[in-house]
Order: sequence, then C-alpha cells, then structure tokens
Amino acid sequence: MAKITYHTHDNKTHTIDVQNGLTVMEGAIQNDIPGIDADCGGGMACATCHVYVKEEWLDKLPAKEDGEEDMLDMAFEPKNNSRLSCQLIVSDELDGLEVNIPSKQG
Amino acid sequence: MNKADVLIIGAGPTGLFCAHQLGIIGLSCEIVDNLDKAGGQCIELYPDKPIYDIPAVPECTGEELTNNLLKQIKPFNVKFHLNERVEQLKRTESRWHVKTSGGVEFEVAAIVIAGGVGSFEPRKFPVKECEKFEGSSLFYSIKDKSIFKDKTISIFGGGDSALDWAIELSNTSKVNLIHRRDGFSGAEASVQKVKDLNDQGKLNLFTKYQMDSVVGDKNIETVKIKHDEGEIKEIKSDYVLGFFGLIMQLGPILDWGLNINKKTVEVNTENFETNVQGIFAIGDICSYPGKLKLILSGFHEGALAARGCFKYAKPDEKLRFEFTTTSKAAQERLGIKK
Repeated sequence: MAKITYHTHDNKTHTIDVQNGLTVMEGAIQNDIPGIDADCGGGMACATCHVYVKEEWLDKLPAKEDGEEDMLDMAFEPKNNSRLSCQLIVSDELDGLEVNIPSKQG
Repeated sequence: MNKADVLIIGAGPTGLFCAHQLGIIGLSCEIVDNLDKAGGQCIELYPDKPIYDIPAVPECTGEELTNNLLKQIKPFNVKFHLNERVEQLKRTESRWHVKTSGGVEFEVAAIVIAGGVGSFEPRKFPVKECEKFEGSSLFYSIKDKSIFKDKTISIFGGGDSALDWAIELSNTSKVNLIHRRDGFSGAEASVQKVKDLNDQGKLNLFTKYQMDSVVGDKNIETVKIKHDEGEIKEIKSDYVLGFFGLIMQLGPILDWGLNINKKTVEVNTENFETNVQGIFAIGDICSYPGKLKLILSGFHEGALAARGCFKYAKPDEKLRFEFTTTSKAAQERLGIKK
C-alpha cells in the first residue's frame, strides 16, 4: 500500500491509499480522480494518462521502458517530468508520491 | 439514402463481428467509421503488436485479426462508409435517420454503436492561437501538398508522419523540423535521413524545442519555439504542421440522449441496448457492472446486440436460435455450397 497524492487542474488535492501492484493510473480511475482518461486502458498506446511527477520523485521511479518516451511525444504539453501513469506500478517504495494531472489530455 | 436493417458505428473488431452476427440471422447492415480503414484501435494503435487473448487464436497481430474478421464477413457484402463520422440522429416513426459529416444518409431500424473510445481525431497543439489558423496555414494532415511549394514549413513531431513529411517536403520547400527531445519514435532510416538532410543544410532540425506561440494576422508569419532550458527562437513560417498522433473523442454521440458515464454508454447485459430503444452499444464504448475491455467481450456483446436488433428490423417475425453447424438458412447466408 502506498499513499499517492494527485493534484488536479482545479487546484484540488486527492491523497489516496493505492494497493501495491495497481498502477498510478488505476488508482486515479478507481477513485474517480478527474483528468486521467486512460483511453487505451493501460496499453501504452494513447498518452491520455499523462502526469507530471513531482521533481524529487523523478529519480526514484523505475526508468521509462522503450515506448513510453515515444508515447509521451504525443502527450498534451509534455515536460521533463512527464510520465505515463499506467507505467508507474505502485509499491511501498512509491509511498508519498505526488503527481500533477495536466489541464487536459488532448 | 442508404437503407438497411442496422447501422453499425465503428469498424473495429467488435463492430465487424457484430456485422457477422447480423448476417447470420439474416439482417442487413452498413458500417460507418471515421478512419480511412477498418480495424479501429487494432489497426490505428497496435497493427503490429501481437494479441494473445483471442479465444482459439494463440497469437495474432491487430492487422491479422482485422483481416480475418473482414474475411469472415465477406459473404454478407457489408457496405463500408469510411472517413465518415456520424453527426445527426433523427427518429421518424419506427425508423432512425442518421447523417454523417460527409452528408451520407441512412435509414435503419436499429443502431449499434461500436465506437471504441470514440472517433479518432488528430491531437492538436496546446497553444490556443493555433485554432485561428487551423485549415488555412496550420494543418494536422496534408490533403494537397502542392500548396507548400517554395514556402517555409515548420513541422512539429517525432513520429513517422513528421519525419516522412519533413523528408518529402524538403525537396520543394524550406523545412524546419521541431521535436521535444533528441530521440525520435519514427523509423530509424527516416531519422538518419533527417539528420543527413540537416547536416547538408537541406532542412533545419530543432530538438528539445516545443511550440511557444504562433504569430500572424490572417496567416501565420512566424512561430516561436521554446527550448527545454527556456530560450525562445522565432522562426519564419508560412505553414505549420503538427503530427502528434490521434486522440479519441466521443463527438456528436454525446448529444443523442444516451446515458453516458465517463466516456462510456450504459447498457443492459441482456441485449446491450442503451436507455434509448433501438440503439445498442457494444465493445469498449459500453459499460455495465463487471465490464471488461477485451475484444472477446466485444464479440459476445455483438452477438447479443445483433439478436436484440431483430425485433426492430423484423417486428412480425420470430427469431429462432440456430447453430451455424446445422442451420441451412445460416449456411445459405454464408454462401456455403454443399
């Protein structure tokens, strides 16, 4: 279990206990946190679960797999701290992770 | 006016198999899709990626699955209307009238929405002013490349579309290619070609830059691009092209009075009819307790929705359940000669 904090575009903060093994994307979808569309359902095929990771977490996350950076090219306003939340699998190590959800996904 | 028993919206695997199930029970259908080819997400998102969970098919790609489904519905001569998006819906007596973006009209007894996660539309620039120039000096696809001759074109993106057009247009235009990072997702050979053209001065490559703003009155005059580190460059541009892939949007279906919840349409699990009589929804676009977004679930939903359509298409007839292994009628419809 890890506490994940989602900052949404309407300046609201949602801190959720997400089970280990789920993705940061699934944590958002299951808890009705707005702004993550996840159109392709976690297949790394659409870039609509794009989030900005709080800088201090960037190096602590597992590295991007092949394909994630390619998909991020398609994301809405990608930045250096952009990740696809479907690729972030929750574990105890991610306890306290904070992500910002962009104003829109496309 | 195209008349049929059923209109299927979406030519993905679910829509295609539903056409098969309609054909088997003797109903006619036509299919509309916003893309230029059948296959939906299978073709657009992962044509080369293997799929491992189609029952009795241990492994196949999205393209193979699509081709097999097309082969399976061949006997029914289903008419496809590609590059068309459904727009208007009207009810007259017991029939539905549907009109597409290109003005194609249908009169049907029932509608099956197999629209996936919506229709594919090009993903646009986040910069607001871009809207003003869209269609005149800013494009997300190219219909007539002759307008670019001897002009300065700024192309944004790092995939195959961006690279291919940058290479092609560099023959007749002055091309700037702008991409957010040093790596590209396009084919290795195209990336090398772009780098060579850049070295030869036949194309200007700007990496780690993204669009900051577009400047112009009626047409675009310059475009400002911003480096990762914050530096801004202003480059002259007659045209701007953006290739950021496609995004899926529900579009006009939202206004059809259907119960919609988080981009999905609520259905019952008996025949996958929506809250509107005669309109069914199957595949990724439908939602019900326990819904799984699997292709195999879409097949099941399509089989039941097809049977749900029967009472609207042939209100005076009764549908008998039959197997294709033994039903003479079904085999005749399949064109099987014995």
